[in-house]
Amino acid sequence: MAGLGRACLLIALAVCAYGIWASLYGVRRARPEFSASGRRCVYALAGVLTVAFAVLEVAFLSNDFAFNTVADTSSRTTPTFYRAAAVWSSQEGSLLLWAWLLSLWSSLALFLTRKRMRDVASYATAVLLGLAGFFISLMIFYATPFATTRPRPMEGAGLDPLLRFPTMMIHPPMLYSGYTLCTIPLAFGVGALLARRVDADWIKVVRRFAFAAWLFLGLGILLGARWSYAELGWGGYWGWDAVENASLMPWLTGTAFLHSLMIQEKRGMLKVWNVSLVLATGTLAIMGTFLVRSGVLNSIHAFGGATLGVPFVTLIGVLIGGSIYLVVSRRDVLRSEHRIDSLLSRESIFIANNLVLVALCFVIFWGTYFPLISEALNGREASVGPPWFDRYTVPLALVLVLLSGIGPVIAWRRATLANARRNFSVPLGVALLTLVALLAAGVTQKPFAIAMFCCAGFVLGSIGQEFVRGAAARRAMAGEPAPVALLSLVRRNRRRYGGYIVHLGMAVLFVGVAASSSFQHANELGLSPGQSTRVGSYTVRYLRPTATITPKYDRAHTGSTLSLGAILDVSRHGRHVATLQPSEGFYASPGGQGSVSSLIGGQPVSHISMDAGITRDVWSAIAPNIEAPSLQRIVMAGNSKLGPEEGIVAIALLAREYLRHPPQAQFHLIVSPLVMWIWIGGLIVLGGGLIAVWPSPSAVRRRVAVRVRSRAERDLVRA
Amino acid sequence: MNPARKRTARLIVALSAAVVLASALIYTSFSAASPALSPSQLVRQAQPGRSYQLTGTVVPGSVHRSGAVLDFSVQDRVGGTSIPVAYTGTVPDPFREGREVIVTVQRQSGLYVGERNSLITKCPSKFKTAPPGEKQNY
Amino acid sequence: MSVLVAVLIVVLVAAVVIVVSAPLRASRVRARVSRHDDLEAERDAKYREIRDAELDYRTGKLSREDYEAIDGELRAEAIQILDRIEAEER
Repeated sequence: MAGLGRACLLIALAVCAYGIWASLYGVRRARPEFSASGRRCVYALAGVLTVAFAVLEVAFLSNDFAFNTVADTSSRTTPTFYRAAAVWSSQEGSLLLWAWLLSLWSSLALFLTRKRMRDVASYATAVLLGLAGFFISLMIFYATPFATTRPRPMEGAGLDPLLRFPTMMIHPPMLYSGYTLCTIPLAFGVGALLARRVDADWIKVVRRFAFAAWLFLGLGILLGARWSYAELGWGGYWGWDAVENASLMPWLTGTAFLHSLMIQEKRGMLKVWNVSLVLATGTLAIMGTFLVRSGVLNSIHAFGGATLGVPFVTLIGVLIGGSIYLVVSRRDVLRSEHRIDSLLSRESIFIANNLVLVALCFVIFWGTYFPLISEALNGREASVGPPWFDRYTVPLALVLVLLSGIGPVIAWRRATLANARRNFSVPLGVALLTLVALLAAGVTQKPFAIAMFCCAGFVLGSIGQEFVRGAAARRAMAGEPAPVALLSLVRRNRRRYGGYIVHLGMAVLFVGVAASSSFQHANELGLSPGQSTRVGSYTVRYLRPTATITPKYDRAHTGSTLSLGAILDVSRHGRHVATLQPSEGFYASPGGQGSVSSLIGGQPVSHISMDAGITRDVWSAIAPNIEAPSLQRIVMAGNSKLGPEEGIVAIALLAREYLRHPPQAQFHLIVSPLVMWIWIGGLIVLGGGLIAVWPSPSAVRRRVAVRVRSRAERDLVRA
Repeated sequence: MNPARKRTARLIVALSAAVVLASALIYTSFSAASPALSPSQLVRQAQPGRSYQLTGTVVPGSVHRSGAVLDFSVQDRVGGTSIPVAYTGTVPDPFREGREVIVTVQRQSGLYVGERNSLITKCPSKFKTAPPGEKQNY
Repeated sequence: MSVLVAVLIVVLVAAVVIVVSAPLRASRVRARVSRHDDLEAERDAKYREIRDAELDYRTGKLSREDYEAIDGELRAEAIQILDRIEAEER
């Protein structure tokens, strides 16, 4: 079956090559049948890669260890769910996933545009097939998923236990969907420039794909942060790690693009800016993929050997150079039709928002690639840490939130100054109220956090005012009762009110971030049973140790042989709040020396225990001292005296010893306020985005069209 | 001032502001950065009081915990000079002997003290084939 | 490589060739690169602008004079687009 997989890759490469030629030939010689053939190549590619992916999936699910990648990342004892997802835990497998997702999204995009923008779509097809061909070539020549070893091994190395969490398994496909979706606007941007058509139709088509990319990338980032916080043992959700930043950068430029596209739609300006943004987003997405794959930057995620570095750098160089050339050579097509009417207009606020987002992206870019930059400039590799990032991103984030509160109050094209001034009173009032409430509650330190809370209050007031006034206007126009008015208001003005909901969600998210980072209480210390400690206003008491053996009793269902942990009682002001059960799982290591070490000598994984609440999270992690002499004695005795299948006896003794005489364990305890609002805010953002982009019922559009036309003609006759 | 001149003036102001901010950013990054050094480089170049990012592999047999402090030694990836580090703070799950780590250290009176919570262990090489000892082919 | 795999590969290649060459074998595909889609998109965008301006006025962001001025401009621009659509259809 590996042969089928290999053949699929070769067929796929051939399809890409032919498709590129056919699309370009079709559009340049006005032979639409060749363009159509080129488009069908994308569909065929999706089919072929689906077969290849299926071959690999089946190999994993059926434990076919002849496949090297299956033997490296899976084993008979790996649970089925993780076996299925282990496909993309390896370099080769994730390349296949990337190419497959690219082919699927490209097929969808080209199918949806098959009847329009034929010239642009043909060029876009060529670009997408080129990218797909690049990844397929990587698989054929550098890292093939279908390499086999004969004779077939009996057992595999097993999935890294660090990855045995459900969210971790969904995270790569979600993020890769985001990255690959970013390449579709890129392809259509290149196509538009080549075809010399950057017009209203292009805007309509590109906006949809850019939004899909924004949605999936945003979801991927949110899931990654959630996974980092809820599953990993460090208790944070964002560390300014290179790979985290790599996914954030295209999301920022994508957000900027979604805003500035509206200005191009209304005023026919910012065309150069927009195509640059769309090309930058796609390029940043490819750079993000490169960062994760190549290990070029020191990071927790730095996987992959150096072999992939050169091809990726070449691709990125081609993308950047090509983009600059295209924009410069097509600048006549990109000339602005109009100018901004007035500084006091929503268009200006959008431009300001764009500048802040791009500034944020630049800061993060600089900080992330700084090791490479400093090495190039003065020969020494140096890196900047989270404090540097925070110093610049926090003020920018404040300005961003503030702008999102100012925007709703200002009209399009040109606002009336007197009205604008009046409309600011409610938002300012809410901000002031927030400040007074905070000061009265005794929150006087952490000026940045307080500033963020006030800005969020400002946004809440501004958006709330918009909903209230909009509903009132609706009632005046159509006489609907208040709840119906609110609903039909949103339905008829999805883009505006969906956008307001997105901004509200962002404000909530930033409130959660500000609160949980500025007002956190943490404690790291050793405790023995019976001891307790204070974290903030909470008291945590180590009640008794826990020890569970074998996968059958492993709560987390991750296949660990032995789990050592603790039961903690959390109380506040004498009242019981929660019971936490953090533990550390010790996994099998197939080549371990000795029967006991082979059962628990593998990499340990911390299973944190958390009590999540609306106002705060209480988070705990434990590092039990398995190196304690009393326990190590048992391990060493078992290694030397017990046979290969008898190690489990020593494990039982270990568990018993740990329960009877638990050595002091290291605990990491954190109380973070308002963390849950980060996730809630994120979901509000995504929900608002969906509302904004949902197509309005066409009946509404037709009715408006008829009314506009007749009124327009009447006005013209009068004038 | 006619509109065109106003627009040009605004553009110049905006660009100047951007250049000033970018320069501030770039300047502070160089002074705030900690250079990444291997143990052999660190031994030669370390100045007391400055932070450095030490990268290397954990020397097998060197890991000891005494209370809240974790002592371990870091050696060059290719072997050779090794440096003892005293570290307090979160220890990432993948940390073990033979793994590649990055830890921010400062030289204090002859000892290397790890900065709190700065220890990063590279995710084990899922993408490289396991060394022969860890795989069993029957 | 087993016979089954060989057969599957042949089937796959055949399927790909058939799908990809279908347009080349079919009768001539008519394709007008017209500006119609583009003009319709412009028109829809302009209608949306007119509705937005009205909502801006009704939620108190514009004075009556400003609103009527902007509304007039937008409707004039809309008429221009409608005229261009009609010219295209002829």
